Amino acid sequence: MTATVLRTLDRVVIRFAGDSGDGMQLTGDRFAAGTAVSGNDLSTLPNFPAEIRAPAGTLSGVSSFQLHFADHDVLTPGDAPDVLVAMNPAALRANLRDLAAGGTVIVDTHDFTKRNLVKAGYPADPLADGSLDGFTVHRADLTALTVAAVDEFGLSRKDASRAKNMFTLGLLSWMYGRPAEPTLDYLSKRFAAKPALRDANRAAFTAGWNYGETTEAFAVRYEIPPAPAPAGRYRTITGNLALAYGIVAAGDRSGLPVFLGSYPITPASDVLHELAKLKHFDVTTFQAEDEIAGIGAALGAAWGGALGVTTTSGPGLALKGEAIGLATMLELPLLICDIQRGGPSTGLPTKTEQADLLQAMFGRNGEAPVPVLAARSPGDCFDTAVEAVRIAVTYRTPVLLLSDGYIANGAEPWAVPSAASLPVISPDFATGPNEGDTFLPYLREPDTLARPWAVPGTPGLEHRIGGIEKADRTGDISYDPANHDKMVRLRQAKIDGIAVPPTFVDDPGSSDLLVIGWGSTYGPIGAAIRQARAEGLKVAQAHLRYLNPLPADLGELLRRYPRVLLPEMNLGYGYGGQLALLLRSKFLVDVQSHTQVNGQPFAVHDLVEVIRTQVKGDR
Amino acid sequence: MSSGLSLVPLAGKPQNRKEYTSDQEVRWCPGCGDYAVLAAVQGMLPTLGLRRENIAFISGIGCSSRFPYYLDTYGMHSIHGRAPSIATGLAVSRPDLSVWVVTGDGDALSIGGNHLMHALRRNVNMTILLFNNRIYGLTKGQYSPTSTPGKVTKSTPAGSIDHAFNPVSLALGAEASFVARTVDSDRAHLTSVLLAAAQHRGTSLVEIYQNCPIFNDDAFAAEKTPQGVLRLEHGQPVTAGDWAVVEEGGRLSLSPLAGAAPIIHDAQAPDPSRAFALSRLAGGMTPVGIFRQVERPAYDDEARAQVATAISSRGRGDLDSLLRGPDSWSRD
Repeated sequence: MTATVLRTLDRVVIRFAGDSGDGMQLTGDRFAAGTAVSGNDLSTLPNFPAEIRAPAGTLSGVSSFQLHFADHDVLTPGDAPDVLVAMNPAALRANLRDLAAGGTVIVDTHDFTKRNLVKAGYPADPLADGSLDGFTVHRADLTALTVAAVDEFGLSRKDASRAKNMFTLGLLSWMYGRPAEPTLDYLSKRFAAKPALRDANRAAFTAGWNYGETTEAFAVRYEIPPAPAPAGRYRTITGNLALAYGIVAAGDRSGLPVFLGSYPITPASDVLHELAKLKHFDVTTFQAEDEIAGIGAALGAAWGGALGVTTTSGPGLALKGEAIGLATMLELPLLICDIQRGGPSTGLPTKTEQADLLQAMFGRNGEAPVPVLAARSPGDCFDTAVEAVRIAVTYRTPVLLLSDGYIANGAEPWAVPSAASLPVISPDFATGPNEGDTFLPYLREPDTLARPWAVPGTPGLEHRIGGIEKADRTGDISYDPANHDKMVRLRQAKIDGIAVPPTFVDDPGSSDLLVIGWGSTYGPIGAAIRQARAEGLKVAQAHLRYLNPLPADLGELLRRYPRVLLPEMNLGYGYGGQLALLLRSKFLVDVQSHTQVNGQPFAVHDLVEVIRTQVKGDR
Repeated sequence: MSSGLSLVPLAGKPQNRKEYTSDQEVRWCPGCGDYAVLAAVQGMLPTLGLRRENIAFISGIGCSSRFPYYLDTYGMHSIHGRAPSIATGLAVSRPDLSVWVVTGDGDALSIGGNHLMHALRRNVNMTILLFNNRIYGLTKGQYSPTSTPGKVTKSTPAGSIDHAFNPVSLALGAEASFVARTVDSDRAHLTSVLLAAAQHRGTSLVEIYQNCPIFNDDAFAAEKTPQGVLRLEHGQPVTAGDWAVVEEGGRLSLSPLAGAAPIIHDAQAPDPSRAFALSRLAGGMTPVGIFRQVERPAYDDEARAQVATAISSRGRGDLDSLLRGPDSWSRD
């Protein structure tokens, strides 16, 4: 064994990159799990093509997984990786430009053949022509080492070489002091039914670990001390899993059976997959014939007294608009989760964007106001789901929850809440007449303006509801002009009157600039502000969960600051960003918009630059 | 066969038509066939003996879709074509309800074609009344997916060039387990078919030939004469008047009754091909009655069974242990 040096770092960003069939997402997931157990804070960014298996060895087929971990709390997956693991020439070429100056490259040389170099668009071998000068490069035929390591298990050559991701994981786990046991246990469970694959993958992992330990190539090991964190129980969680669990928790805390009607669509499908596993929580999942039937069935179930939920993304939200309008007229609780992706149309199915806000707000015919909430981080998807259901049930309204591809697939450590700490949600079904001896289905609670939720099967409350304008109180069909005017205003007043907590502002004092955001930009904005403050800039931060209605104190808050900056991952149709458009219009405040629509989350250094310009610049 | 109503609580006392009549003024055109269907349904429902609050009618958009307003049950007048999807969610989550869908030829076969097809395929426990008047009434007279080719309407001044759907053929092709056809003006036949449909477990599709006196009057004039229809009765020879349906070389045709060997109607045949052939019988007589009535697991029963099995085998889920998951760690 060589004498390895142990060096302590405060943070590292690693990117695993390979063909979409190389198992890079799994490798990243497992490295993240080991990292979480080591007590580091972390944030992940999976990045993969929409094609399941794009042509092997090409740039379009490259799949990557980036992970940022540290001895302090991290807010983003990191702008630039310090370490790039490239499993083939295409992975190297597609990712090298992002690597931090002086970074480390670990290359599997196996596929650096003339043919594969051409496929990746390399005129010459980058391992030989000096392209990697300035980086620390570790090159090894990881595939051949893997095949040799699993020789005894009698796998086909293809299966044997596929274990190279576990070899790589073993090597990186050794380098960064991640524990081996969780991954070995995981492999035992995952391949329990296939002993040869199980043993081969475990052997590959161990061989990778030993390779790091025994070869002289890797002279340095790193340790990243644990990050301080409040006492309690933690786990890593992705946004989609947190969303699914939030829905289950809301069902549990309301006593309502959950009914999910959904049609598969990237990146929302994992919510359907997760909920389908949880039938023992009285969860029914219905894979509908289309997006419309998904929400239709959820609405039918809600009418029957279930917690109706539908999940979608991209063009799916457009298809659901008609039924959301109906739900607005019926005034029934319903949760619509939109995991935003790049648009318009099919757009960028696996990339992120925040461009559905205006559709969420206004994308129905007529005036059909619905509450809109946005989750800020993977773990926050849980709380936002519970809160969205609380509003839906309390106010008898469809609620739109916005997540996006970035936090849906990204993971972070999450302080696990206890069930008892979650709010109790009271369905408060109607059980009898509400006006003398009669039942008026559109008689409202004075404080919430909510109408009764009278489910079929309740004797004496038989009534008819529908999409035609309702007469106030009775719910009968009404074409009366004065009644329509009243009902449009009542539906708006009900949403406007939803109790929303005051805005939390993080302001160290006398800040010149307020940076406001919504949704998944929370991490990048927070990291940028931290950096700006380290430079001595006075910057305050506020992040909105409630987009409709907006917090009552928001207008006053915006006016309090000389400058307000709003970074958003949308363009806003030439009106500035989409939320900026709404804030400027509602509060007549000169919100400065910063927009980005490249399918990626904001890079922290870009935001820092924007903040610098805002604070110091053209004053 | 388990009845479609076996999980719906009973009223336990006699009911009458009046109890099923809402206080809303009926607003169809004078002479509309919908009145006859409403009267038949209001007359039939009390005979089911169900608790009235456990009956739900869901409709889409169109003249017939006003139906739920006129029944004093739970009702939803939803959006164009989507009623089967809404009914699916309701039926899956509420086994104690008798779920009905009221739809028309445009609502069910045009804008809602996809939902109808998949409801039939899944066999969700609901009864679908498809009012077929072969025209768009509410939008004032455009041709529909069941309008006869060449039909001159406001939107087809030179005659429709669309080939028409045969709703019974379509339902059979969509794997429906109960398919029937009846006529608005034949109250007794309509009632008997509706009763059988309600009691069928799974999706029942009943096509009702319905006259639109304003935009497509007498579209079913032939079917309203005794000579125009062939009544299908399970286990009985298929004959009407002097005519019989015979089979030759796998094809069905009408033949003079004298000397003919009429086919025997088997609504419960596993193979739907004879029902399909009957649904499109040529020769000027239209078969009415129950074409197909077979047992097949209902989607909603199976969906509930999966949930019940999960709960009984794994125990009711514990939220705290779900949230913790298998890989949590603790910080002091």
